[in-house]
Amino acid sequence: MFRNQYDNEVTVWSPQGRIHQIEYAMEAVKQGSATVGLKSKTHAVLVALKRAPSELSSYQKKIIPIDDHVGITIAGLTADARVISRFMRTECLNNRYAFDTPLPISRLVGMIGSKSQIPTQRYGRRPFGVGLLVAGYDDMGPHIYQTCPSANYFDCKSMAIGARSQSARTYLEKHLDSFLDCNMEDLVKHGLRALRDTLPNEVELTTKNCSVAIVGKDMPFTIYDDNDVGKYLSMIEGEERSPGAGAEDQKPEGEKDDSVPDPQAGGPAVDEPMDHD
Amino acid sequence: MQMDPGLHKGEGYQYGPNPKQHYFSPYSMNGGTVLAIAGEDFAVVASDTRLSEGFSIHTRDSPKTYQLTNSTVLGCTGFHGDVLTVTKLLEARLKMYKNEHNRQMSTSAIAAMLSTVLYYRRFFPYYVYNIIGGLDDEGKGAVYSFDPIGSYEREAYRAGGTASSMLQPLLDNQIGFKNQEGVTKVPLSKEKAVFLVKDVFISAAERDIYTGDNIMIHVTTKDGTETEVFPLRRD
Amino acid sequence: MALPTETDMSLEFWRNGPTPGGLYNFPGQGTSTKMGPIKKTLSPMVTGTSVLGVKFDGGIILAADMLGSYGSLARFMHCPRLMKVNDSTVMGAGGDYADFQYIKSVIEQRVIDEECMNDGFQYTPKSLFSWLTRIMYNRRSRFNPLWNTIVVGGLQDGEPFLGYVDKIGTAFKAPSVCSGYGAYIAQPILRNALEKQPNLTEQQAKELIDQCLTVLHYRDARSLNKYQIAIVTKDGARIEGPISSATNWDIAERVGFFDE
Repeated sequence: MFRNQYDNEVTVWSPQGRIHQIEYAMEAVKQGSATVGLKSKTHAVLVALKRAPSELSSYQKKIIPIDDHVGITIAGLTADARVISRFMRTECLNNRYAFDTPLPISRLVGMIGSKSQIPTQRYGRRPFGVGLLVAGYDDMGPHIYQTCPSANYFDCKSMAIGARSQSARTYLEKHLDSFLDCNMEDLVKHGLRALRDTLPNEVELTTKNCSVAIVGKDMPFTIYDDNDVGKYLSMIEGEERSPGAGAEDQKPEGEKDDSVPDPQAGGPAVDEPMDHD
Repeated sequence: MQMDPGLHKGEGYQYGPNPKQHYFSPYSMNGGTVLAIAGEDFAVVASDTRLSEGFSIHTRDSPKTYQLTNSTVLGCTGFHGDVLTVTKLLEARLKMYKNEHNRQMSTSAIAAMLSTVLYYRRFFPYYVYNIIGGLDDEGKGAVYSFDPIGSYEREAYRAGGTASSMLQPLLDNQIGFKNQEGVTKVPLSKEKAVFLVKDVFISAAERDIYTGDNIMIHVTTKDGTETEVFPLRRD
Repeated sequence: MALPTETDMSLEFWRNGPTPGGLYNFPGQGTSTKMGPIKKTLSPMVTGTSVLGVKFDGGIILAADMLGSYGSLARFMHCPRLMKVNDSTVMGAGGDYADFQYIKSVIEQRVIDEECMNDGFQYTPKSLFSWLTRIMYNRRSRFNPLWNTIVVGGLQDGEPFLGYVDKIGTAFKAPSVCSGYGAYIAQPILRNALEKQPNLTEQQAKELIDQCLTVLHYRDARSLNKYQIAIVTKDGARIEGPISSATNWDIAERVGFFDE
């Protein structure tokens, strides 16, 4: 990144009216592996690409269940995500204890926003280094929300975050109109295709590096890992990838070379200071 | 069984030479009976569905059984306000356990946890009688019974609540083969257990005004829990 | 909870005037040398009597009379004890009227706060009932109860909802609920009617409630023949009244002690 004299503290403005520490935190999200969220009229689906930090370690979990009606995928600092997910779980638990109802997704995400904002304005603190895709189902239907280290959050029709996620977003934008009337399986297939477009050509989605989660009407938040994703992967097996996506020379805007680690290769990217997943 | 808390509840209107005295009691007794029986590879947990206070029936449809996990059912009676709180608390704690450990809590772990939950309020106790029924880690039937402040033990069968003193001796005789001479101790079958549950509850409903309306019977096996509702007298 | 004993009282009243400088303090400033124990509602002052509620086909009806009693004195004749929370939720309360007004103001503020969020969510009968149950239970656990029995009614996901919670946190749902004296007098009438016909029409439910309130007015010495009803259907929630039911006191003169 381009160091300058205004980027040392989160409480310091740059003359251009920017707060560089927050923008750096936003970069952390792009270092995590890609994850996709999308929804139909009845369901919300999360699809995530998992990385193994080394040959010796297992694949880092990307999807975190929060409550029966909501779950998240993460991109960025895993440890920060644990703090946020614990917070989300507590809030959901408290809402059920007091009101005997699941916490509305919009309110849950609003709380994350309020929580994340605090360290973006306090001396000596740092913003969260993680972005979330929140998938949930409540009385207003299915939801996909995106949250950022900057404490912004967005209500999305579909979204992808993480390394090389621009390719996934391109796919999602192209097929956006078809999602609403999709059945559950087709929705997962779209999610997987979008995620696959973030991969280099020689890399495939496998049961090891891919997880799926579904939540919807009369369906609690359910994660499909390992063998359970096989059935969804086989549905898109052998399909042609989107033209241009995954090409080695593709450099989506705002992403640098070193933010494109090969998910199959062991070991973190060269100058990665911490675990980003 | 202490019935006092229910009887001097402040709502009643009195007359006499002295001014009306309202005083606050944080407890009341809402009645009801629970029962759990452990078999070789099953457990039965049952309760009546009547909720009372003094000489009033609040509702005829308030089961005192709570499905905690696929393999564990809790029976919980006493002061209904505490019952609601304890079961809500357990529900939250079970979810926290599942989040942290990625699996459901075992019956024995739930029992140990309930004990600490109850003892935490040792000096302002939850006025509740708990009986847990379910399958243990080996798939065998398990029953754990508790006193209101958390003392507990594992048993083969136990009744709790207002008619417990009527049910327990009958169970001692029929399941424990107590006070029988020259009896062959045959293992209890699922059908016999459910049959016995209905029988003892019918008898209890005859004498205990706090037991009646319906029985909710949960039979837990390795395949999950089946629930049956059986009518009792409603007067 | 240390109540002032006889000796405490006499010390308070017969120590020969205020403490030096005592008169120069504004009350409630906390500089006075002697503070009393924390005040709690351990007995009710102005009270309301029974609240009734019954489900009917496609809705619920609540009813409560409008008397605020001061002990056995019929002190206030126009105390509304029903409250509309939103288009699908109503509640009614018996017991201490001040505590009801406090609960009412808290709920009204929370409804406004929730409206400000503008996310389409609002209290449902189920969530309000659950919340009230926790409030009542927590207050009793701190030995500072809200001296009320509350009935919550409404439509939850299109289904009639009727719940009861009292000052110690006993809570339940039922097809018909009655608090106070109504539990002895009105509840049997309601259950009888429901046994004969589980799906009442709105009109039948209204007539049934009127009948119950009439009997309660004959028998409950803390009642008044002026009441309100709250009705929730899919078309919304409304509070009606004051209503008076037709009474007949012809047999009164035949009662032995009536004209003695």
